[in-house]
Amino acid sequence: MPAYLAGRLFTAVWVVFGVSTLVFLLIHWVPGDPVDVMLGESASGADRELLRQALGLDRPLFEQWWSFMHGVLHFDLGTSLYHQQSVASLLDSRYAATAELAGLAFLFAVAIALPLGLLAAARRGSVWDRGAMGFAMLGVSIPNFWLGPLLVLLFSLQLGWLPVSGREGPASLLLPALTLGTSLAAILSRMVRSSLLEVLEEDYIRSARARGLSGYQVLVRHGLRNAWLPILTLLGMQLGALLGGAVVTETVFNWPGLGTLLVESIQRRDYPVVQGCVLVISLSYVLINLLTDLLYAWVDPRIRLHQVRG
Amino acid sequence: MRWRSASVIILLCWALVALSAPWLPLQPYDIALENILQSPEPQLWLGADDLGRPVLDRLLMGARTSFWVACWVVSLSLLIGTLFGAVAAYRGGIWDRALVLVIDIFMAFPGILLAIALAGLLGPGIDNLVFALTLVGWVGFARLARAQVLSVKQRDHVLAAQALGTRPWRIVTRHLLPLISAPLVVEATFGIAGVVVAESGLSFLGLGVQPPEASWGSMIRDGVRYLLVAPHLVIAPGAALFIVVMSVNLLGDRLRDWLDVRTVRSTRLTGGAV
Repeated sequence: MPAYLAGRLFTAVWVVFGVSTLVFLLIHWVPGDPVDVMLGESASGADRELLRQALGLDRPLFEQWWSFMHGVLHFDLGTSLYHQQSVASLLDSRYAATAELAGLAFLFAVAIALPLGLLAAARRGSVWDRGAMGFAMLGVSIPNFWLGPLLVLLFSLQLGWLPVSGREGPASLLLPALTLGTSLAAILSRMVRSSLLEVLEEDYIRSARARGLSGYQVLVRHGLRNAWLPILTLLGMQLGALLGGAVVTETVFNWPGLGTLLVESIQRRDYPVVQGCVLVISLSYVLINLLTDLLYAWVDPRIRLHQVRG
Repeated sequence: MRWRSASVIILLCWALVALSAPWLPLQPYDIALENILQSPEPQLWLGADDLGRPVLDRLLMGARTSFWVACWVVSLSLLIGTLFGAVAAYRGGIWDRALVLVIDIFMAFPGILLAIALAGLLGPGIDNLVFALTLVGWVGFARLARAQVLSVKQRDHVLAAQALGTRPWRIVTRHLLPLISAPLVVEATFGIAGVVVAESGLSFLGLGVQPPEASWGSMIRDGVRYLLVAPHLVIAPGAALFIVVMSVNLLGDRLRDWLDVRTVRSTRLTGGAV
């Protein structure tokens, strides 16, 4: 285990380093002079020089990179050009809303996908199976910037049950979380079904049945327990998609999280905030993945003993 | 089975519309004030938008946008990703390790976040959109090509070719790529669905196609403001997008079963990215 742990941590540190460097370079990929892009054509020379100094763009690239990395380590991501406050405090004020949204979407997805996948696998080839997989196909294919407005149309405008947008009270969280969770639910239910079907072919399932255990016990105690690993792997990977999708979903519902901050900052050309949002969302994902990997290693000794790459 | 044939027909229609759009008598930019927010009616099949432009014509132009963006991004990603992945895996050693490190970093950006940031910083426009999506998309193909080459590069025919002194480039292109093409084709198919959604998603955020050009995503974005009075502005482009994406996904499932590929799960861009 220690060797596995060390290897996995090393990869994580390297990835954090690489991600931060890439985020740093983002601003330098802007064609032309970023200061021109931010201030527009009409800005005076003195203003340009001032902004250039404020962003440190007058220094050599390596020095800029060094101070950026130094800042990342100290949670100092510079100052917003628009809000006149530090990027870190802006991110801090928005982080909870995104975590709330992603967390509930995740719970929704698991709550829908588990029973659906179980049902489909247990009654393979039946109407239930085809219905569940039909739902999964719809869910994978529906973009959340369309599903969101449709749900608003139905539940907010026609029925008047839920608020259209914003973040006021728990009710306002339901539609965004449902919108964000649907595609994950769809992918996950397919995965639960297929990994269960694979496990159900095994000899120990036949033995369990032969011993006269009930269908439910075989399915959950013997089937699902062994089907967990591929499901967990997929879950860890798909959480990234969830965080990326949150950017779009937040925009649909005007949800005051990191996603709307990112999109607003892109429109305002507030580059330090753009960098900060991308960095924080990506690093959260890296952290989640690290935790998931350590979780498998704990759950499944084969991984930590064989030192499979994380 | 009938559903599956329907998906192929839909995709053929999509391609046909995209290719023939410049010659169709469409008026996607004609502003007609008397038609503003007009609901669908016999003369105006899908109604008109907030500037009185015919929604159907704009929908067809949107089909063209998504088709070309998908073609470009998927072909470029496939080409670049396969090349890097296959060569690195075949050469092994430091090349392979370097590629894995790069892949690890790119994979650490969730979903289309990197594409959003890049498209945002580069500025709107189709070229930047294609660039941003390709930069995100090649990684999935590189990862897959690498894994596949690693699994076949010790086969007898490859070792025989090496023993005969065949050049590495020829071994990769003639002896390895044909063997690994099936999963790549399946991945590319799902990739189309991912790119179509991603293009619309970025356009929805205002980072892709710019007005007056039409994209399904930007049509939804504009329509959301009139959701109560003119829901057709959101329903029509969204339905088109949904039908195309689902057809591509159905085709991908079919190809996967047919080619018996088990390794492909979802590309970098698909899998509920947006």
